[in-house]
Amino acid sequence: MSPKHSKKSDVNPVVTLLYDKTFRSIMYQILVFGGVFFLGWYLVSNTMANLESQNIATGFGFLEREAAFGISESTIEYSPESNYGRALLVGILNTLKVASIGIFLATIFGTIIGIATVSKNWLLRFMGVAYIETFRNIPVLLQLIFWYAVINRGLPGVRQALNPVEGVFLSNRGLYIPVMADNPAWFWVAGGFVLGIIGALILRKWSLKRLEATGHIFPHLSVGLGIVFAVPLLVWLVFGAPMEINAPTLQGFNFRGGARMSPEFTALLLGLTLYTTTYIAEVVRSGIQSVPKGQSEAATSLGLRSSWIMRLIVLPQALRVIIPPLTNQYLNLTKNSSLAVAIGYPDLVSVSNTTMNQTGQAVEGVAIFMTVYLTISLSVSFFMNWYNKRMSLVER
Amino acid sequence: MTTVANQRVQPVSGTTASRSWRWMRENLFSSPFNTIITLFCIFVIWNILEVILSWAVINASFGASKEACEVAAGACWAYVHAMYRFLLFGTYPAAEHWRPVIAMIMLTSGMLLSMNRRFWSPWLAVAWIVGFIAVYFVLAGGILGLTPVRTSQWGGLTLTLVLAVVGIAFAAPLALLLALGRRSEMPLIKVICIVVIEVFRGVPLISVLFMASVMFPLFLPTGVSIDVLLRAQIGIIIFQAAYLAEVFRGGMQAIPKGQYEAADSLGLNYWQKTFKIILPQALRLVIPPTMSTFISLFKDTSLVVIIGLFDLLAATRAAVNDPAWRQEFIEAYVFIAIIYFCFCFFMSRYSNYLDNDLKKSTSH
Repeated sequence: MSPKHSKKSDVNPVVTLLYDKTFRSIMYQILVFGGVFFLGWYLVSNTMANLESQNIATGFGFLEREAAFGISESTIEYSPESNYGRALLVGILNTLKVASIGIFLATIFGTIIGIATVSKNWLLRFMGVAYIETFRNIPVLLQLIFWYAVINRGLPGVRQALNPVEGVFLSNRGLYIPVMADNPAWFWVAGGFVLGIIGALILRKWSLKRLEATGHIFPHLSVGLGIVFAVPLLVWLVFGAPMEINAPTLQGFNFRGGARMSPEFTALLLGLTLYTTTYIAEVVRSGIQSVPKGQSEAATSLGLRSSWIMRLIVLPQALRVIIPPLTNQYLNLTKNSSLAVAIGYPDLVSVSNTTMNQTGQAVEGVAIFMTVYLTISLSVSFFMNWYNKRMSLVER
Repeated sequence: MTTVANQRVQPVSGTTASRSWRWMRENLFSSPFNTIITLFCIFVIWNILEVILSWAVINASFGASKEACEVAAGACWAYVHAMYRFLLFGTYPAAEHWRPVIAMIMLTSGMLLSMNRRFWSPWLAVAWIVGFIAVYFVLAGGILGLTPVRTSQWGGLTLTLVLAVVGIAFAAPLALLLALGRRSEMPLIKVICIVVIEVFRGVPLISVLFMASVMFPLFLPTGVSIDVLLRAQIGIIIFQAAYLAEVFRGGMQAIPKGQYEAADSLGLNYWQKTFKIILPQALRLVIPPTMSTFISLFKDTSLVVIIGLFDLLAATRAAVNDPAWRQEFIEAYVFIAIIYFCFCFFMSRYSNYLDNDLKKSTSH
């Protein structure tokens, strides 16, 4: 390696080759890849031999077999006579259910607390920071187990259920809340809502085009919001404005009517929301602080209205900082929902675990839930890459 | 930044009372709306404090006997008194409890010493390896006349600390290798590192632990088995290394290209360039996210309860199912929540301190 060597006239060609950069790089790669390949082959061949000696058939044929275990809550029809494939589908849907509601709630609370931590009021700032520090420094699994224990052991039975708000009952059987009574109108109202969103988006596109062409400003935000709410309202009125409420009432030893959130679901949702809220609050705080004060000052001196400054100057810049870590937190919440297995909520991992224990198909079971999570994570990160590219194009 | 803020500070005048009054007027009552918020905050804090204090202090029973708890309406701290050994040591044989105490002292003092920049040298790594071997033999026994204790009997806070400290010590170098591999110009190595990083970041830790506990035995030839604690530890290390690798890579990407080119033009080879030029600058940039990955690792050790290891959380879970103490589950969970909180909060404070300290020492 020392320079003296290379100055000698009788350089050994093998030595030159050994110090050649390309040759070395290829050698390293062959060595590492060979090592990884050999390790993979070794593990797979061992697994095959072990499975054969234990008489476990490989493959996903077991998905067709009868599951023969019950699942306590499900969004689709399921009974122990259904097959393993359907059981896993129930698990996936349960995971998505708790993750989407958790993401929705954590975003709202996280934004509120994030704004509180940049408030001018010292006490409000203190409360925000205290909340964040407390809940993010305690493991989420401990929080889940704690809330589950509180609901399961700490809350009274059905007959003495807590009744904090009219119609809402909290007992060790879970949370009962009133919902709107079944009526075909609600389906059409939801359809009207979707239609309203599409209409508002078309309006936005049209008004931006007109702005580019003529310079006339059309208040597409307020009119668009109006459309989003007016269309479903109109549909609701057309269907005779149904107002009937389905409230839970105590009958015998349990509640009838209303919507029920099981203790497992309530504890999982509560724990995940409280924990992820702290991270989202931090994301929102850093996003707000990332926009220099000069930006809004410059906009003010240009004569922009204060509502426009927020919408056109501050928010787009803050969102560029906020959205990537925010999606990361959404993914984290989804992945953390797998901790449901510890408190018995039938999510994907919990159902796979039961399946693995019953069939012995450990490799396939783990492969299935890893694939599902990987699909979710990778598709979100592809979306993020696309989004980042789009945002950086806007920049210059 | 700090100098600007210092200049803005007005010369302080007046008595303490008038100064604090001015502070309150600026920070709490600057406008009617602000005053309403302040009053609302006081109301909320008062309510929360009242619940917590009356439960934990005013109505609580602090005696060591269970009988005193029967009359107290609040917390029963006798429970912690009765259970703390179980929570700290799990099912470790009672006569040998001094050994986990020594192991915990070694691990925490090792962590504390490593936090001091004066000790940062290659010798620290050697000291850690020797230290880990010592901790292993203190806990496992089998030499110097110590009774052998199987790893399945290790438990409680001891196990949590072992998992966390060993995890941090091994995840960091592995993460460094992965990050360098991902930035390497050799396509095959790059691809392997990307796959490892993205797969482990894409799945929950639980699935990695399940793989370690359920699937891994199938990977090994018949008759060979690896201790479940070691398998879980390896799972935790690889999982967190994948996250940490992305943190390190972020730091390396932030280093200007000129630094790499300058190192090349000085004739430094790859390892000299990496360890003398790039990493000292890159790692300094990513101290906060690195420490928060370490904090995650510490918190995530609690997940081993799901594959049946007996860490602090698992011990507590077993303790609250004791039929003699059916009512005291909240005390148990609050107690260990405080333990976890103290460790994590301390780590995050240290992260802030180190970040500021390094900025100070390099800014002039």
